[in-house]
Amino acid sequence: MEQQILTLYDWVVKLSSSELIALIVVITLPLVFLIVYALVAILGELKISAFIQERLGPMRTGPWGIIQPVAEVVKLLQKEDITPDAANKPLFNMAPFLMFTAAYAGFAVIPFSSHFVPAGINLGLFYIFAMGSLAVIGLVMGGWASNNKYSLLGALRSVAQIISYEIPAAIVILSIVILASSMNLQVINANQGGWFWNWYVFGGPGTAWKIIIIPITFSMFLLYLIASLAETNRTPFDIPEGESELVAGYHTEYSGMKFAMFFFAEYANMFVVAALLSILFFGGWNSPFGDFMNGPIWGVFWFISKSFFFVFVQIWLRWTLPRLRVDQLMGVSWKVMTPIAFICFFAVGLWTMFN
Amino acid sequence: MSETKKVEFEYSQIDSERMRLNVGPQHPSTHGVLRLEVELDGEIVTEVVPHIGYLHRCFEKHAEKMTYPQVIPYIDRMDYISAMNNEWPYVMGIEKLMGIEVPEKVEYIRVIFAELNRIANHQIAIATFGLDAGAFTPFLYLFRDREFILTVFEKASGGRLLYNYYWVGGLAADVHKEFKEDVLSIVKQVRETNKEIADLLIYNKIFIERVANVGILPADVAINYGCSGPVVRGSGLPFDLRKDAPYSIYDRFDFDVVIGHGEVGTVGDCFDRNIVRFHEMEQSCRIIEQAIEQMPMDGDVREKLPKKIRPPKGEIYTKAENPKGELGFYIVSNGTDKPERIKSRGTSFVNLSVLPEISKGYLFADLIMILGSVDIVLGEVDR
Repeated sequence: MEQQILTLYDWVVKLSSSELIALIVVITLPLVFLIVYALVAILGELKISAFIQERLGPMRTGPWGIIQPVAEVVKLLQKEDITPDAANKPLFNMAPFLMFTAAYAGFAVIPFSSHFVPAGINLGLFYIFAMGSLAVIGLVMGGWASNNKYSLLGALRSVAQIISYEIPAAIVILSIVILASSMNLQVINANQGGWFWNWYVFGGPGTAWKIIIIPITFSMFLLYLIASLAETNRTPFDIPEGESELVAGYHTEYSGMKFAMFFFAEYANMFVVAALLSILFFGGWNSPFGDFMNGPIWGVFWFISKSFFFVFVQIWLRWTLPRLRVDQLMGVSWKVMTPIAFICFFAVGLWTMFN
Repeated sequence: MSETKKVEFEYSQIDSERMRLNVGPQHPSTHGVLRLEVELDGEIVTEVVPHIGYLHRCFEKHAEKMTYPQVIPYIDRMDYISAMNNEWPYVMGIEKLMGIEVPEKVEYIRVIFAELNRIANHQIAIATFGLDAGAFTPFLYLFRDREFILTVFEKASGGRLLYNYYWVGGLAADVHKEFKEDVLSIVKQVRETNKEIADLLIYNKIFIERVANVGILPADVAINYGCSGPVVRGSGLPFDLRKDAPYSIYDRFDFDVVIGHGEVGTVGDCFDRNIVRFHEMEQSCRIIEQAIEQMPMDGDVREKLPKKIRPPKGEIYTKAENPKGELGFYIVSNGTDKPERIKSRGTSFVNLSVLPEISKGYLFADLIMILGSVDIVLGEVDR
């Protein structure tokens, strides 16, 4: 990927002959996308849950209720912004923004198309992972600063959960790094070009012998899917905010726009892990059908539809499954997923060595 | 599967402070305004103290100032989920005191409505139990079905939650013409949904992990605490007043008493209490089908009674199998049209008393599940 391709950044520089404008465009595009995506995802959550539960969902705001998410954001903006007296105010006020920043920072290295990635750094995967861990600090800050026992329990649970699930996720990602021999998300994407059997979920590009590795890569995909559910605190792993036990977990005391920030961060995180799933295992911006509908513009379409599919899977699971208990959750991570992830790691290593 | 061992957590050896946590009265999972004072060691529950009385309405004192028929609406408000069942032992007691025989048709309608209400109650119990575990969708499926039952109640009594339908010596009103077809279609719908719920919730792997071997209530403890209904049947005791002390016309129907067998864990765990409710819905369907078949459609639903109901001097204790267990009324009559004293044995109140005993040593998340599996209604706990 060292060739001189004309990226969006270069294109804007050429057009406006100013690097500053180009930078601003490249930085704001993901933010605009994030806001639009969050609204779509909230509507999707409402409508998909309604479909699953044989309801109609919101129907009054706009045709079929499609501007309901906008109405909800406006409602949250108008609400009183309460800071509890006993709260640690600086931390309490900072936590939601830290959460959102961490989630948004992940977007910096996500390649939307072969010609557009906000920051094409070589350690993209590593960076995304680091940013994912930063969210934990936001959770603990919010939970502890609220000075509420439920929030504290929720925050402690989420730290334990996210840290545990980072291990199988990291090992799976490392296996992909071995396969792709790069941490640059653009390179990982470009490696999976061509038809859909070149995707890493099907063993990556290679001869017919790769049929041996397909079960391994497929289980890696499942492992990462499960781990990503846990990292975004979605059912069946929504223990930190387990409504029936902890009221609302770490964001019990938040209201108004600060609560909305947590909400946005959750949806942004959902997209980041869905994007990672589609990049690492499903070819990212590559068309599934070789050169058919392939190209920088189509790339955006493929990438977003693949990612949205995984966002949909997360919503679907949330409205289908009950919640695990905190000790079972840790058991699943340490006793089941981590060993399997290690086995996959070794298998992929051996495969790459002899290939 | 039955060899799964009991979940045990060891108290930490490190010197740590225990946390006192107030669960409720405003908490999403206390099923009303129950307040639990919980002492936690990390996440392990070391002590539970239920505080009740947030919904106390002086039912027993009120009843002394009311005439006998005026008490019935107050009884509706005790266990408001299954109001039909509540009214029954009370009117039965007065009928026994006065020596009234109610018409055959009334008995059948009472049985059908009581069983329908039992289904509705168990639907709510299973739905909210699933909700405690985080399963939201089965909750709405079951509530959708409950609406059909409420519609039939509404057609008969005019109310959807509080009916005032079982009157002394009969019923408030006759049932509508298509009553039998309506009820049979409900039975069909209940069976259909139950199949779905079994896959989606009851035998879901995650759900079983949550409820098996949690909150084990041994049979002897259940007897000592005076538990009844699905709580005691879940512990493996076939105690059902409909079989053991048949009232009304229950001896005419063929049905089984469902007990817990420790299908996926130990006998008497949360799963058993839940599965008893689940299978009891099927037994209620069987009773309803038989009753619909035998029920005469013509005839009056009210016995000729004097204008003022004045039971002769005396006292009586009547009990009936409520969806939640044994509901009893001790009525003392002094010969006037107002009762001297009414004492009610609230099922939920008695069943709730076992909570501190069975929830020690489990995780906080389990405490919520155990509370859900006992299935209380605060209206009946506080009265």
